[in-house]
Amino acid sequence: MAARSTFPAGLVLDAHKQQACGTPIVDLPLPRQVALALDQGSGYGAEPVVAVGAAVAMGTLVARTDYPFASALHSPLAGTVVAIETRAAAVEGGRSVCIVIESNGSDRIDDSIRPVADPDSLSPEQLTQRLRDAGIAGLGGAGFPTATKLASARDRGAQTLLLNGAECEPWICCDDALMRSAADDVVRGALILRRAAGAVRCVIAIEDDKPAAIAAMTGAIERQRDAALKVVVVPAVYPQGAERQLITTVTGVEVPADGLPADAGVICQNVATAAAVARWATRGEPILSRVVTVTGSGVAHPCNIRAPIGTALATLVAAAGGYRGTPLRLIAGGNMTGRALASDEAGLTKAMNCVLVATRDDIGSRLGAVELPCIRCGDCSNVCPAGLLPQQLYRAALADAHDALRQLGVRDCIDCGLCDYVCPSQIPLTDRFRDARRRLNAAEATAQKAADARERHELRTRRLQETATAEQQAFESVRNRARQPGDDAAGGKS
Amino acid sequence: MRFDTSPAPHVIAGYTVPRVMFQVLFALLPAGIAHVVLFGPGLLLQLSVASVTALLAEAAALRWRGRDAAPALRDGSVLVTASLLAFSIPPLLPWWLGALGTALAVLLGKHVFGGLGQNPFNPAMVGYAILLVSFPAEMTRWPVPMDVGGTHTWPELARMSFAGFYGADLTERWDGYTGATALDSIRNGLGMRYTLPELLGRGDIAGAFGVRGFAWINLAALAGGLYLMTRRIVRWHIPLAVLGGLLVPSFIAHGLDSGIALGPTLQAFSGATMLTAFFIATDPVSAATSDRGRLWYGAGIGLIAWIIRTWGGYPDGFAFAVLLMNLAVPFIDRYTVPRIYGRQP
Repeated sequence: MAARSTFPAGLVLDAHKQQACGTPIVDLPLPRQVALALDQGSGYGAEPVVAVGAAVAMGTLVARTDYPFASALHSPLAGTVVAIETRAAAVEGGRSVCIVIESNGSDRIDDSIRPVADPDSLSPEQLTQRLRDAGIAGLGGAGFPTATKLASARDRGAQTLLLNGAECEPWICCDDALMRSAADDVVRGALILRRAAGAVRCVIAIEDDKPAAIAAMTGAIERQRDAALKVVVVPAVYPQGAERQLITTVTGVEVPADGLPADAGVICQNVATAAAVARWATRGEPILSRVVTVTGSGVAHPCNIRAPIGTALATLVAAAGGYRGTPLRLIAGGNMTGRALASDEAGLTKAMNCVLVATRDDIGSRLGAVELPCIRCGDCSNVCPAGLLPQQLYRAALADAHDALRQLGVRDCIDCGLCDYVCPSQIPLTDRFRDARRRLNAAEATAQKAADARERHELRTRRLQETATAEQQAFESVRNRARQPGDDAAGGKS
Repeated sequence: MRFDTSPAPHVIAGYTVPRVMFQVLFALLPAGIAHVVLFGPGLLLQLSVASVTALLAEAAALRWRGRDAAPALRDGSVLVTASLLAFSIPPLLPWWLGALGTALAVLLGKHVFGGLGQNPFNPAMVGYAILLVSFPAEMTRWPVPMDVGGTHTWPELARMSFAGFYGADLTERWDGYTGATALDSIRNGLGMRYTLPELLGRGDIAGAFGVRGFAWINLAALAGGLYLMTRRIVRWHIPLAVLGGLLVPSFIAHGLDSGIALGPTLQAFSGATMLTAFFIATDPVSAATSDRGRLWYGAGIGLIAWIIRTWGGYPDGFAFAVLLMNLAVPFIDRYTVPRIYGRQP
């Protein structure tokens, strides 16, 4: 089945996928050391449950969390915890506390790791808890804990599990490689996720520029003989793989801006996450590794690599033949939304789908950009997948006009970068909007604090006044009683 | 290994403002050729004085404002302003009026508001309107176009263009060579209680299609405009709305009284219709910015131009129509914000 894009606009970009996608997935030998960032990309960290010096096996829990936006971490190596310290990491700000584990060369597996006997016998709630314990998080780039999404999907009665295999961002092809090589795993995981979410349907969306993946997934589905499971081919238009945009393409329904996908009856999971769920079901394995695309003109042999979480990016690049030419940027993710990292010592995270080593060939257009004033040509609004007017937002951002920023939807921007891409004045709009959003949030927090302080002050003043009034009244009533010639005088006489 | 960092996205398409501006200039070429063939080389003289003046005024303004002039001179925007003004003014205009209009367009129309991207009004139309109200006689004296026939030759037209450009008195030697534009003649004729068929039957006003001279320029401007649309420099909303705003009322009025109301074909192929629809009204800086807003904006321009042509004091009305609708842009923009994904309208 094929679907037409129904979200606003979007754009066909140069895919750059063939570089890494020609060869099978490379299995990285176990590295000597891994650095597990407590924040695996969702923006929230887990708490270490091991101390420096502790011996760990493959799959040993090393960090846990009760927080719905963070995910548990497990050691991908057998060995020793050698440090828990702040290090370079592929997260917002570039540094995070990391649990550093050194391998002792063995491949001992933790006793807790056992195949799940019969996942179908578990209730959706039990399944969700087990997935949370296994640290399953969105492998598509957000790193959002899967269990949290599943729980909210059940609460809101989502009927459709949408498996995101769109992979719309240039350069990235790890999901494509995974779908082609492990289609049955993806389907197996999808069925488990569908049950855990309480959904009845499962739709696997794949962009039409991945015919091999479409064929592999269609084949895997046919083997399942499940009528409520199907592949939908979607146009390869960036940002097709953005959660809300993909939901609209597949279902025709828009996710409310202030709501969740489940409000549109959908829970969205990445195909790689489904494959990880299948690994958990067959081997009891928490997320210890992932497939990542290592590509760009700055690496010798672009390829997809299955590597342990926490593997230093330098090791990944070495496995892809090492650096080539003059690498100018190390980007975690693709060229449209990826985060440029300062150091290749950062470790692979669950959320990292691509390591893009970019030379001038790949990013020269941005490096050579000359910013001119906005001429309101509207090319940006013609491509905006959120239906915004970036040219108007830009003016509001320059003026720091908070009402206008809110009304024009600065918070509805999904950071896709298309407005930057087409702007003839070469203005870094996306970054301006991120900045405007930060300032807006800060101003609103300040205003809230001020309002709270004012309210506290007013209430305190009123309380003081009430006390004073009460005291005054008490005093007056005593005084009045004292002045009455009644009882006292009479008492005196008696 | 250490790397520099920078915010996403890390790649852009590499479109540039100069590319946009020079495409616009390129698209004016057909209309320019038609203009020179029909009205003599006056356009080229006006173009050169306007371009030089515009570049000088731009450089001076940026210097006064303490900005770097080089990128602004290279972006081509001021040349577009100069060209649109040169197309709008009569080819016989003395050079100092062309220079004055251009300088006012760049300084009063653009830089007093903050330069490129900041001007609420179309700079070329600011310059044109000032000239039109200040020098009405000079601004309405056009050469008789070549396709009117008769005795005049192109070389003679060329000599007259130079003479006019230097400010010589044209009435003695070239009296038969100058006159009002077709729209002006129709206006005057209708004022003297002639009927439209009578005027069009006279031969010096109407041609094979549309009016003499300007019909071909409009056709060429239409071709250039369609080219801009194929290159996605101009989108369809404003041109279609301008033409709709002008042609729908003229179709109705012509149907009601063909004796005095110009029909849609005449309206479309006379005066500055196509130039405005595709080149002037589409200046993005001073136009409404959303698709829906651009439809309202364009329709307003077409309608106001029709009203001025029909009842106003000027033969063509596009300059004032554009300026009036420029004035309405903040209002239009305020009420035509498109629905954001996932939000109620």
